[in-house]
Amino acid sequence: MLKTSLLFVSIAFILLFAADLEVTTLNPWQELQRMAIGAVVPDFMAVYAVKEAFLNTVVFAFCGIFLSIFMGSVLAFFFEWKPVRLFCAFIRAVHELFWALIFLPVVGLNPLCGVFAIAVPYTGIFAKVYAEIRQESDHSPLKAFPPHSSRVSQFFYGVLPAIYADIKHYSAYRLECALRSSAILGFVGLPTLGFHLETAFREGLYSEVFAILYCFYFLIASLKYWIKEKVSWIYVVLAFVFISKEVSLSWQNFTRFFTYEILPWPMRRRGVLDGTMDVSFSSDSVWNWGKNILQTEGFDGVWNTIVLTQVVLVGTGVMTLIVFPLVCQHFQQGIPRRCSRYLLIVIRTTPEYILAYAFLQLWGPSMLPAIVAIGLHNGAILGHLTGQNADLIQLRADTPRGKINRYFFEVLPRVYGQFLAFLFYRWEVMMRESAILGILGIYTLGFYIDSAISDDKMDKAVFLILMTALLNMVIDTTSQVIRKRLKISTKLTTSG
Amino acid sequence: MLRLDKVSVSYKDTLALKNITIHIQEGQKVALIGPSGAGKTTLLYTLYELEKQHASFVYQDYALVPQLSVFHNVYMGRLDHYHTAYNLFNLLKPQKKEIEKVAPILDSLGMLDTMFKRVGALSGGQQQRAAIARAMFRKVETMFADEPVSSIDPHQAGTVLRLITHATKTVIFSLHSVDLALQFAERIIGMRLGQILFDLPSDQVNDHVLSQLYKPC
Repeated sequence: MLKTSLLFVSIAFILLFAADLEVTTLNPWQELQRMAIGAVVPDFMAVYAVKEAFLNTVVFAFCGIFLSIFMGSVLAFFFEWKPVRLFCAFIRAVHELFWALIFLPVVGLNPLCGVFAIAVPYTGIFAKVYAEIRQESDHSPLKAFPPHSSRVSQFFYGVLPAIYADIKHYSAYRLECALRSSAILGFVGLPTLGFHLETAFREGLYSEVFAILYCFYFLIASLKYWIKEKVSWIYVVLAFVFISKEVSLSWQNFTRFFTYEILPWPMRRRGVLDGTMDVSFSSDSVWNWGKNILQTEGFDGVWNTIVLTQVVLVGTGVMTLIVFPLVCQHFQQGIPRRCSRYLLIVIRTTPEYILAYAFLQLWGPSMLPAIVAIGLHNGAILGHLTGQNADLIQLRADTPRGKINRYFFEVLPRVYGQFLAFLFYRWEVMMRESAILGILGIYTLGFYIDSAISDDKMDKAVFLILMTALLNMVIDTTSQVIRKRLKISTKLTTSG
Repeated sequence: MLRLDKVSVSYKDTLALKNITIHIQEGQKVALIGPSGAGKTTLLYTLYELEKQHASFVYQDYALVPQLSVFHNVYMGRLDHYHTAYNLFNLLKPQKKEIEKVAPILDSLGMLDTMFKRVGALSGGQQQRAAIARAMFRKVETMFADEPVSSIDPHQAGTVLRLITHATKTVIFSLHSVDLALQFAERIIGMRLGQILFDLPSDQVNDHVLSQLYKPC
């Protein structure tokens, strides 16, 4: 494990020299000061003006999560089939903002775009996680079922009761994630909180920014009080009723987009020029088209995405190792521990995209805001999980009394395996986030995708999105191989 | 009726059953005894595979669904007798007809008051009786039981074994208690290291054969 850790640290250290970390703003401290004032004096009156955006954020999240739970559950049944696994890996490898950018020209700026953008990647996530939960559940009751009982009966009597609690818990957690996703969809123009946050950020209205953020934290924190199993279907029905008023979908647009507009330009060129819109295929011209994108933008985007991902991976690791003792009972007690926990909750509740946007205002466009934003967000998540893991450890009777010795000689060695497993588990998430932050002006794949969409070159955008998905799947597979080789698991255990 | 001729079973590199030949007639009550690791469970599974369609099995680990009620766990014994839709309906709302069928079995095992309790909330002994109830509810002529009274106190163990042997025509069970085996089985098979050491009517089992069976390796 140490060798692997050192290898990744060395790679990140070398890549750090290739990373653009320049601060380009003239007076970041003044901006920071204004932000701090905004944080202390939030303008809650402004929240009233964006109440519809709040409602949209919640409605998109509910509709998206319902559809993805439904479709993910169905796909989970067939997850042993390789084509299903690959399909799910692909749809979850593309960030929800990219999906929004894909659906935007198809369905336009209407609620369906937001709902689909959440539902599609989350379907892939649910299918994978539900299938894993099912695989890891206790199968022993199944052997006692009569030989000819139907598979449906067996599932409802023998499998579902055993996995229901885990599924419910995970789905509730995902609802929180969907709210975050829904909020940031506003950054691409959908009428959710991100839209108003971006405007307020751009205009320097930090009191408004923080008022919206505080209300968003309150919304997330209050979920457990108003999301109850028995009434959640009412919220889903209301959400669908709400969006049904504004939904408009042109099947013609839909078909045209997926069967024509995303085809490489050389295939459509002649048809467009002579007005027939016919499609012709020439492998040479399509190959040259792809090669040109790769040489001019693709490789550069992939390189920058990898640089950012690797630096962020190690940065997240370092942050996790620093913050987890702050929330662990073996190092902190009482009010300091509670304050640290709340701080981590706030950081991980703030979508990384919004954090990056805030740091971008401070330091200007470079990899620095992205590194800090993704590192903070993921560090807060992993810090919480590792702290929880460390809490389960029963300290030896002769444990060192000093906190530093206890950290290095007892707790860290015992949680290090799980910590690495968590870190590698989130590697692909960090890659997705690194790619998407390109939309903010950092030269990762997202930057080139966003530019292609702005230029109305959907074929190029889809080509680059496919590259992003492929890169993500490579990282996911590498992560699985490493975890398998190191024999590390994310499961909470009490032994080292 | 149940017949194995020179059957060997192995798990990976370990030979669990060596060259076993056994014939069991309909209506017999057979007990398998022997030290741990003798191959009793493997022999039970092997015999059960021959008669799976018309037999029930009481597992050593109970194989219950802890999140469901005793009623639903018992009802599982006859899932194959009903349409899937009826099974699902019964899962959501236990049907009176089914409750009336399950109740006498639970009553005979002293479990009537736990019918709608979650299995996970019951004691080990109660869970074991729930597993027996499920096997009895299956209403078949052959029952296999792997240590069916291991978690039940000695007094109740006798009652439960009496119930099982009276309710089912052919019973093959493994037991650690030689006394209970001699009391409730008419035929005793002594197993050691994957082999049958003796196969005798219970009245011919004496201290000598038992000392051979349980002597240290």
